[in-house]
Amino acid sequence: MSDETKGTFTSDPAGTGAKTGGKANVKSAKKLSRRTLLKGAAAVAGAAAGSDAIRGFPTIWAQEIKDIELRHVGVSYSVVKAIGDQAAKDLGFKVTMQNLDTSAAINRFISQPNTVDIADLEGWQAKLAAKRGVIQGIEVKKIKEFDNILPIFTKGEIDGHKIPRQGISPYEAMYIAKPDATDLNDGVTEWATFLPQVYNADSIGYRPDLVGHEVTEWKDLIDPKFKGKAAILDVPAIGIMDAALCFESAGLIKYGNKGNMTKEEIDFTCNKLIELKKQGQFRATWTTFDQSVQLMAAGEVVIQSMWSPAVAAVRVKEIPCVYAPVNVKNGKEGYRGWCNGMGLMKHLSGKKLDAAYEYLNWYLSGWQGGFVARYGYYSPVPSTAKKFLTPAEWAFWYEGQPAPEVVNDPYGVAMEKAGTKRDGGSFLDRVKNISCWNTLMDEAAYMNKRWNDFKVA
Amino acid sequence: MQPSQTPSRVNFAGWLYVSPLVLVLVPFFVAPILVVLAASFFATDGFGGLTPGFTLASYVEVLHSALTLKLYLATIKFTVLTWIFTLIIGFFVAYFLVFHVRNQLLAIGLFLLCTVPFWTSNIIRMISWIPLLGKEGLINQVLLAMGVIRQPLEILLFSDLAVVIAYVHQLTIFMIVPIFNSMARIDKKLIEAAIDAGASRLDIMRLIVVPMSKSGIALGTIFVVSIVMGDFFVVKVMSGGGSASVVSAFYEDVGVLQYPTAAASAVLLTLVLVAIVSLILRTVDIRQEITR
Repeated sequence: MSDETKGTFTSDPAGTGAKTGGKANVKSAKKLSRRTLLKGAAAVAGAAAGSDAIRGFPTIWAQEIKDIELRHVGVSYSVVKAIGDQAAKDLGFKVTMQNLDTSAAINRFISQPNTVDIADLEGWQAKLAAKRGVIQGIEVKKIKEFDNILPIFTKGEIDGHKIPRQGISPYEAMYIAKPDATDLNDGVTEWATFLPQVYNADSIGYRPDLVGHEVTEWKDLIDPKFKGKAAILDVPAIGIMDAALCFESAGLIKYGNKGNMTKEEIDFTCNKLIELKKQGQFRATWTTFDQSVQLMAAGEVVIQSMWSPAVAAVRVKEIPCVYAPVNVKNGKEGYRGWCNGMGLMKHLSGKKLDAAYEYLNWYLSGWQGGFVARYGYYSPVPSTAKKFLTPAEWAFWYEGQPAPEVVNDPYGVAMEKAGTKRDGGSFLDRVKNISCWNTLMDEAAYMNKRWNDFKVA
Repeated sequence: MQPSQTPSRVNFAGWLYVSPLVLVLVPFFVAPILVVLAASFFATDGFGGLTPGFTLASYVEVLHSALTLKLYLATIKFTVLTWIFTLIIGFFVAYFLVFHVRNQLLAIGLFLLCTVPFWTSNIIRMISWIPLLGKEGLINQVLLAMGVIRQPLEILLFSDLAVVIAYVHQLTIFMIVPIFNSMARIDKKLIEAAIDAGASRLDIMRLIVVPMSKSGIALGTIFVVSIVMGDFFVVKVMSGGGSASVVSAFYEDVGVLQYPTAAASAVLLTLVLVAIVSLILRTVDIRQEITR
């Protein structure tokens, strides 16, 4: 994933599918936030009753913190205005959410670090931010729920299953040896680069009525049967991972490490993509959440790499769409995982730093976990998120059971009928089948160049 | 310049005249471009770190890459196609407004009508083509219903055609305005005289209207060429990601923090554009035409 409009998270994602670029970006950002505000207001009102449980949380005096403002900057599917508003309400200081696309965000963290307080970082971005010295280590002791964070992140395992490290797994990017260290530390320490807050396992979305059979393997995306009806994600660092999963699935190549390809592997992958493009396999490539929804809903494609809330958005339009369960088999397939977390910028100190820790702690206290669960994303501390979900929501989203009743999205719009089961099954079924993570390769510059060859071919 | 003024007063007044422009251009144009220029000579660790210094490595890489050539060819293809269509449409719209609409008020009214699409953002204008051109879009549905085609035409959307359509739609106004402006200056008596002297419509067009609209055509060309060559967004959306442009390629470079190569590409593009614009200015002396 990793693109700006991935999460408008509304049931009506049409319209604002604007992508980057000067004025355009500013305009669409405004539009987004205005709408999110409206819908968010309803959600906040609805959740007000529940929020009392986490009142009295701040340990610094209200008088001193009311002038503090935290600027949380990042991609829209991770830095959500409704969540910031709720945090501000619970914590008593001001929280401003600012949305940028992935590459604009990392560029801003690096070139204007002082204009950001909380950086929204993916694992690979945490690695970069640490390397550039723009973030400070998070003192693990100060994170109240740290011990309850799933070991996927803190220890690189879950339920006795080792989390694969193709690409940059959150665990791999999680620790540094000292608060000001610039290199990642392999192994648990007292200092974290970022605090995971939202993640998921991505795969392929398809129209079951038009594809005609159940899709469980990535190779279906490059099946000539779907010539001119398939699409792939055009964010090079992620698109190439999806492509690699396809080619591996089709038995065309075996990668040493998909997440960090050699030049030869990059060449093979991009040449194969160019070949497929010339044969007319891809109807389009997409870069934003909305585009992927439009492609599927408008009948332009029947199968494409996709994000979970986008599949839901297509279904809300009463168009059948399935998120393929691509469980690992024969050392192939598997989901592509991603995780966004929060990093503390280096310039934070004193009361503002205290407030930032309060903010981090608030994130893991459950309200946010409940919110993101309602559009199919996971919390690193499901035990607290559970308190903010109805038993029906918990059963549907986390346990993979048939929904006992109608399931609503975060803004209260009905999303899934009673009896529906989540594609891919339970939380454990899905995350244990993650086979690689979003990444930034050592050969990123070369890969980028080859990806542009594919684009211009 | 008035010859009666003393040189120092001329200088002072001259500087005063240009100062607002200088105040805008220096911080918002000259300074950033110098930063980009400097960055293009720096070395990088590949992860966003820049080492001040002087290396031509980025230029060597950009100039040695077959990709650069392909990108320029793709971009120039879009530029030329867009230019041709905006020029033809823009010229005739302006011609109609100036020479066929007798009522000046009506002409101005129609001229303003041409700007109506500009009341919404260019993103909206571009995206609105999608429901029209798509597989299940209006055009395909009509053609299918009429039995003209059996399968929906895929070439309408997510293709080079779609890119050119969007550009032409967005940029024709940049041709209409300057051409309208220069045509409006043509003395109607001149045309009447030509008719009286037995000139055909083609002769009038060829010998009077076109030569006297040159400055407008040149200005419009500069607008269209520089906008298309500097764009990546229309290409990205309307080609469905199927095409790239010079700018989209170095935007991706910035995305993976390859600042020096992105900067070198940007400098190269600036040089190419400067060359094109000066070529246009060399062909048409806009300053002379405007102050005519």
